[in-house]
Amino acid sequence: MIQLIEPYTEDKIRALKMGDMVHLSGLVYTGRDAVHKFLHEGGKPPVDLQNQIIYHCGPVVIKEKGKWVVKAAGPTTSIREEPYQGHLIEKFTIRAVIGKGGMGPKTLEACKKVGCVYLHAIGGAAQVLAECVTDVLGVSLEEFGSPEAIWAFRVKNFPAVVTMDAHGNSLHAAVLELSRERLKLLV
Amino acid sequence: MRNLKPNLLELVRRTSAELPDDVVNTIVSAATQEQEGSNAQYAMNIIQSNIDMAKLKSAPLCQDTGSILFFVRAPRGFDQLAFEKAAREAVAVATAKGYLRQNSVDSLTGKNTGNNLGPGSPAIHFHQHRGTRVDVRLILKGGGCENVGAQYSLPDVRLNANRDLDGVRKVILDAVIQAQGKGCGPGILGVCVGGDRATGYVHSKEQLLRTMDDVNPEPALAALEKDIVVSANKLGIGPMGFGGATTLLGCKIGALNRLPASYFVSISYMCWAYRRQGFVLNDSGKIVEWLY
Ligand code: SF4
Repeated sequence: MIQLIEPYTEDKIRALKMGDMVHLSGLVYTGRDAVHKFLHEGGKPPVDLQNQIIYHCGPVVIKEKGKWVVKAAGPTTSIREEPYQGHLIEKFTIRAVIGKGGMGPKTLEACKKVGCVYLHAIGGAAQVLAECVTDVLGVSLEEFGSPEAIWAFRVKNFPAVVTMDAHGNSLHAAVLELSRERLKLLV
Repeated sequence: MRNLKPNLLELVRRTSAELPDDVVNTIVSAATQEQEGSNAQYAMNIIQSNIDMAKLKSAPLCQDTGSILFFVRAPRGFDQLAFEKAAREAVAVATAKGYLRQNSVDSLTGKNTGNNLGPGSPAIHFHQHRGTRVDVRLILKGGGCENVGAQYSLPDVRLNANRDLDGVRKVILDAVIQAQGKGCGPGILGVCVGGDRATGYVHSKEQLLRTMDDVNPEPALAALEKDIVVSANKLGIGPMGFGGATTLLGCKIGALNRLPASYFVSISYMCWAYRRQGFVLNDSGKIVEWLY
């Protein structure tokens, strides 16, 4: 198990390899469809994304006794952001993207160029992942609706697997190829 | 029928927070198949912790609480309209209580209705039978896995799949390859051979009402179900598509008659968060048995 702890420096990120299991601790910003489209179209980010992590997640957050509490915080499907992600990684020097299902060649290329990785969270593990959020630091772009806003979370020991590294390796591409080869032996 | 609304609310709560025992047992035994220290084992461990934690906290297992699919078998004279009303009210309350996420969006305006009610939500399938009991089952099926479902029309030239069970096998395995880990695998397939494009998909979902250990009474389909699981698990896709031994936890296949001109194979992919519960009510509306 690799501990990935803020600050997320280029060196730390480039040291990660496809297949590494990590426990992430530090700041992450959620962002899904509306945020990606907004930033891609030139919208000004309300938070400084440089050397930060974007989490594809539409959390369930409610206010209890005046305090934000995260009720569920699993990943959403990342591939929907493929048209935007590479551009945003380059533009803002984003160091990691968390999501599920993996992403495509444009994102992989940007990861290599900038020094960024894709961290695959466990899809459906809403409760385990919500427990990893120790603090809600704030919310912006709330006008997009609560699940689509940018939430600033502090996480501790958030479990994920590096499925796309900064050296051009994608576990998704590798598993796809392997499974296609194996299918040929079965049909 | 007395207490229908609170009973249905409890059904929704349980379905959202607790996986049925047969599914949990299958997941637990599949986890032992993964290699020590592998990404696959890591994923399976987190999945198991999540199952325990959701039950303990009585909180949604997954934040995508999915399409709400009721299947009701009831005697003649059962008041379907009253059931529908109670079900809708129970769903709205369940949403307000956080058992369900606000998950129903107007397809034209993009507006979330906020209570999971709207055209098509919840979906209720009624069947009459000659007993006195009312059998109510609920499946919550998320978007990630629903998106990787597929319908094939045989023959399929690309896959060299003809109009026979071997062709059916080929297209099912193709669907598994296309899905990779995107449907939050390891998955469970519900399949219908035949029917039309609409009845085929409905019947594929009805297959998901069967328990994991249920054996198909039709020997040819029973053999195919087994073969699909064994073959899919040789593909190496694994939990979450990380690579590994368990790509599918199960496969259930039903058949409907078809027109001579068509031959559809409809495949519903269910994620590991296979939320299915049900109960039986007696004629005064009391829960006499929990299914699953
Ligand atoms: S596919 Fe299933 S486990 Fe994955 S996010 Fe959707 S509902 Fe949750």
